[in-house]
Amino acid sequence: MVRIIGFFVGLGFCLVLAIAFFTGAYNHITNPPAETAEKEFHLHPKPLALESNGPFGKYDRAQLQRGFQVFKEVCSACHSLKYVAFRDLRDLGYSEAEVKAIADQWVIQQPSVNPDTGEPSTRKSLPADRFPAPFANEVAARAANNNAVPPDLSLMAKARENGPAYIHSLLTGYRDQPAELLKKFPATKTPEGLHYNPYFPNLNLAMPPPLVSDGQVTYADGTKATVDQMSTDVSAFLAWTAEPKLERRHAIGVAAFVFLLVFSVLTYMAYQNIWASKKRELANA
Amino acid sequence: MSFPWAQHYEPKHPFMRYMDERLPLPRLVYNAIGGGYPVPRNLNYFWNFGVLAGLALVLQILTGVILAMHYAANQAVAFGSIEHIMRDVNWGWMLRYMHANGASFFFIVVYIHIFRGLYYGSYKAPREMVWLLGIVIFLLMMATAFMGYVLPWGQMSFWGAKVITSLFGAIPVVGESIQVWLLGGYAPDNAALNRFFSLHYLLPFVIAGVVILKIWALHIPGSSNPTGVEVKSPQDTVPFHPYFTAKDGFGVGIFLLLYVVMVFFAPNYLGHPDNYIEANPLSTPALIVPEWYFWPFYAMLRAFTVDFILPAKLWGVLAMFSAILLLFFLTWIDRSPVRSTNYRPLYKPFFWVLVLDVLVLGYCGGSHAEEPYLMISQIATMYYFAHFLIILPIVSAIERPKPLPNSISESVLHGEEKESAPLGAGGVLPGTQPQPAE
Ligand code: HEC
Ligand code: HEM
Repeated sequence: MVRIIGFFVGLGFCLVLAIAFFTGAYNHITNPPAETAEKEFHLHPKPLALESNGPFGKYDRAQLQRGFQVFKEVCSACHSLKYVAFRDLRDLGYSEAEVKAIADQWVIQQPSVNPDTGEPSTRKSLPADRFPAPFANEVAARAANNNAVPPDLSLMAKARENGPAYIHSLLTGYRDQPAELLKKFPATKTPEGLHYNPYFPNLNLAMPPPLVSDGQVTYADGTKATVDQMSTDVSAFLAWTAEPKLERRHAIGVAAFVFLLVFSVLTYMAYQNIWASKKRELANA
Repeated sequence: MSFPWAQHYEPKHPFMRYMDERLPLPRLVYNAIGGGYPVPRNLNYFWNFGVLAGLALVLQILTGVILAMHYAANQAVAFGSIEHIMRDVNWGWMLRYMHANGASFFFIVVYIHIFRGLYYGSYKAPREMVWLLGIVIFLLMMATAFMGYVLPWGQMSFWGAKVITSLFGAIPVVGESIQVWLLGGYAPDNAALNRFFSLHYLLPFVIAGVVILKIWALHIPGSSNPTGVEVKSPQDTVPFHPYFTAKDGFGVGIFLLLYVVMVFFAPNYLGHPDNYIEANPLSTPALIVPEWYFWPFYAMLRAFTVDFILPAKLWGVLAMFSAILLLFFLTWIDRSPVRSTNYRPLYKPFFWVLVLDVLVLGYCGGSHAEEPYLMISQIATMYYFAHFLIILPIVSAIERPKPLPNSISESVLHGEEKESAPLGAGGVLPGTQPQPAE
């Protein structure tokens, strides 16, 4: 009985699937999917070699400090970093006093309340504060950015496939729309206020190229600030903001791996030994 | 327990004797996973996966209980509380990565465990109840994992929950009311998040309860084995401890080694980047996919693209649930008395096609719902149902199985199971003379 019912249920599903298959195949042949500019001109990120890659990877402190400088002087005008606190900068090698000074001198202030009047006001940042957002709310952000909201950057490096490489490619990938593209898809001309960038999934984004000229940032450590250098550094910095515990993770991972390797070898030997001793016992009997 | 020659628990220390007379817990353990449980001597490594599933469950409960101390199930703060765990809680990052990857490893282990059962016919008499309870566990696991994935309240959490719960809307007449009732609203929001957290905490303990029933049921006939021939004499078995505790110990080592590689060196590899973006009901992700372990079923759901008598969506939902529910009936569908596929030459290739088929379905389920993936899913879904509901009953009726060995020990003697223990390696009761092999 079960088999008869099952047989017909199976047949039913197969029939419906066959209809779906032939309908789909027919549509696919008579009406092949149109080519799209996104499919043809979208590029995958260029590879980016960072010190933090690989199982033994560690952050390059000097690079993170440079990246932080780029974030501070360029990106922070539009982007928030809401899951990172000033005190976290200690991880980049800044001293307590330096962190205090960075917080104190941060241009954007923390929202606060005037202690005398209760009116909304602002105050300077303390090391325990998170980075303040540049815009008071989404409406303000949209108004200032051609109706787009600059996303929070804390987790950007994990929120995109191959994050740090993607950010680097995006920042250095702005260019004029290729003539070929315009010829093939005239309707996809980059709209006013957007910028062509083949690394962005739909090819046009609202962020104007933030890094445009060599020397835009004067690095405290004297490194030559080419666009590529600044972009690499800020990508490394954002890799850190997204995964601040990476070094700890790698170190513990290596230790745990070695421990378990020894554990597995020992348990394997114990396993062989336990079975073999019985065998020997028998052979001697 | 199961066989008359099982060793008996004899407490030696006076304290253990005292305990045994009042609360015979050590006796229970001894009979369940100690020297008192005789196990076929020829079990291969595929029999490690039950214990590994148990370990995965324990790991999930331990890490989960601690995560719950820091997590806040509220729409406004849930995403931030996860980042708090990742950044501020001592060892929080490790617990979270262990829990997230632990779920994946749990499914890998259980999928291998299920396919082991399919290959070696573990669903057949007298182990039907073990298999049925196993499917119940599998369903509970899926529910638990689905609700757990909603908790971080990222984009994929939200949209995954929305897509999956909207499936109930496909049920005619009452569908929409059921959907609203389950979610506590029209779309996932705070009400849904709270109840999902409550259930996500509850269900693992229900799973643990069903696991106990399952092991109880297993210990009546005892474990099957790669030949599928039942145990006939003391020679066929060895005591679980130390022979299989040792082997399981090694299995645990390898399992943890792979787990550590993922947790510490590629913790986000199996996850979706979109879940690091906070849920936003106004912005639909380009591709909504569930976690990888649901992909085969997701592919089946999307394979139904035409309305034929019923709406396509309803067909998809019916197929997705049937794909799992049909496993309940396997014992009655496959009437071949031979358990192990090793002795079923006609069935064997179909089994491997099924394995490949499920992998293909998984790949399609994780891809965009467009051609050629839809056509491939349609063929693969057809095979899935045809395999269980059409091919299996026919094959089991017409197949001529290979001759079975007379006993487990005979098979071991002839070296049919390479990694199984040689005849005479243990399982000998104290006082009885071992029977040397000729
Ligand atoms: C003038 C304001 C402005 C500045 C300065 C700026 N951005 Fe942006 N950024 C935006 C806006 C607006 C968007 C949203 C674009 C969209 O969605 O079309 C954006 C989006 C992004 C994205 C996300 C792209 C995606 O995949 O969605 C990244 C990454 C990013 N910015 C990085 C940076 C970095 C790094 C800097 C500093 C070097 C920076 N931005 C400086 C305005 C800015
Ligand atoms: C929480 C999840 C699970 C746990 C902890 C668990 C645990 C175990 C253990 C410890 C064993 C004995 C060792 C072994 O044979 O590998 C076992 C056997 C078995 N399990 Fe599971 N299991 C789980 C899920 C499942 C599922 C989902 C199924 C099937 C749908 C299943 C079906 C079986 C069967 C049929 C056996 C007997 C195998 C034989 O002896 O041939 N189990 N399980």
